[in-house]
Amino acid sequence: MYGSGMLKAFGVTLQNFLRKPSTVQYPEERLQQHPRFRGQEFTWYEERCTGCASCAKYCPLGIIKIVTDPSGGDYQDGGSYRIDQFDIDQARCMYCGICVEACPYDALHMGTRFEAATYSREDLVITIDDLRARPKHPSAWFRPQLAKEGFDPFTEIADWREVGRETYFWHPKRPEMVPEDLAQKASSDGDYDKSQDND
Amino acid sequence: MSLHTEPVVVNIGPHHPSTHGVFRMRVTFDGENVQDVEPVIGYLHRGTEKLAEERQYSQVITLTDRLDYVASMTNNQAYVLSCEKLIDIEVPDRGKYLRTIAAELQRVASHLVGVGFFLAELGGFGGTALMYCFRERERILDMFEMLCGARITVSFMRIGGVFQDAPEEFWPALRKFLDEMPGYADELNKLIFESEIVQARTKNVSVISADQAIDASLTGPILRASGVPWDIRAAQPYDAYDQVKFDVITAQGGDNFDRFWVRMLEVEQSLKIIEQCYRDIRSGPVRSTTSLLFRPSPGEAYVPIEAPKGELGFYLVSDGSIAPYRCKIRSPSFISLTLFKEMLVGWKLADIIVSLGSLDFNMGEVDR
Repeated sequence: MYGSGMLKAFGVTLQNFLRKPSTVQYPEERLQQHPRFRGQEFTWYEERCTGCASCAKYCPLGIIKIVTDPSGGDYQDGGSYRIDQFDIDQARCMYCGICVEACPYDALHMGTRFEAATYSREDLVITIDDLRARPKHPSAWFRPQLAKEGFDPFTEIADWREVGRETYFWHPKRPEMVPEDLAQKASSDGDYDKSQDND
Repeated sequence: MSLHTEPVVVNIGPHHPSTHGVFRMRVTFDGENVQDVEPVIGYLHRGTEKLAEERQYSQVITLTDRLDYVASMTNNQAYVLSCEKLIDIEVPDRGKYLRTIAAELQRVASHLVGVGFFLAELGGFGGTALMYCFRERERILDMFEMLCGARITVSFMRIGGVFQDAPEEFWPALRKFLDEMPGYADELNKLIFESEIVQARTKNVSVISADQAIDASLTGPILRASGVPWDIRAAQPYDAYDQVKFDVITAQGGDNFDRFWVRMLEVEQSLKIIEQCYRDIRSGPVRSTTSLLFRPSPGEAYVPIEAPKGELGFYLVSDGSIAPYRCKIRSPSFISLTLFKEMLVGWKLADIIVSLGSLDFNMGEVDR
């Protein structure tokens, strides 16, 4: 019968009319993001960062600017440089997360926020002071250690000791963080072997 | 006494809601009949091929997300497959299966967008069918967010596998989707393809014959709707497609209706492929190399894949440095527009937009 297809179609729309809506009223109601969400608020741990600038080198757009001062740290000893400037130009960032993947010391993480509208372009540039000041909500993107422990990045704040692939930070400048047996091994071996670093 | 008439040239686009981005047509009308069509492209040109030449191999993956932005997973796949051939590395089995699952989910999402916009362009279905399609697509995008933290610009695949294993919550979500999606596809069929209005508007309109399609090197659903059973997934299997069984869908008409009927049937086949991958996937490594920096020996590579819109491939030339010397993108959408004039001349004004929708092209990929 001509027109039966149309009637079936009206039946489908009627069914959907009675179904629970699949949309939410956004500013009042929010959907929960997943732990790997690549958000806008970069999380950076100064304690873990050595100033190697791997993130800046691997960024496809070259929007990370790092200025380090070798005289600030005892770099002869395998220590880290003093980081004077760490700018991320979020206006041009595409949140691919390759900087996070490239970081050998798990110092830089993606964030969890997605509402970062500002009134001027200058405000979109994150400086080192912003990175130091903001609460640390690291996303689990490329950080499986954060996903495994049932860590909820959207509400919990992570300490710099928790976010690494190792539970301690193997670094001669911070001997208090090294377990005793490893410290003894290091002192008996003599010099700190850089090739053993966690890259 | 006869009335003096002359043809009128009308510009449609580039800022027209139905032109899938910034596509412009210069159409010559005789009354309501189309006399001539001239597509004008280039409004979305971003120089991706040139940008790729000054980036490392692993950085170009992020650029490929932005070519066909409704099917970024398959763009990633085409690029990394070419890179793997150039560098000559193997992908672990689990990586291959994860890629296949992701690519097939992306095909379902892309076909849903194609079908939805086709119906929006028929008029009257824009509020209903389009939203039903987007509701299902939303679930796929949600799964992509679980996999890789982004919904559209995924950057999921890496040279040598995928960037990371799927999280635990991905598998129950995929199972739920596989169980529920066939019901929604049936609902969509009931809503649209049995409707007499849709059939009257689209059947036998803008026919592309098999010979025409082969001569213009059309690929994908457009070619298969003309009756040519050519699918690169079956003909030259890549990733895990040699491990799964599926049918190559064809239709005989080559008209607007068949192009969309093929897409709807391909959604079913995609679900079948995902089902088999879900069953067969074994634990293991997902990535054979964790390096981001590569220095391939001089040479060239081209691996075509079956993207949702047709054959997609990246022709890479290496001169031994860390960046590609040349990166030529063979994009299906650009080639789909080849027969645009032949499709439309002789038809009415109202058929232009519908035929445009039946090609399901994407300007990000046409202009690159």
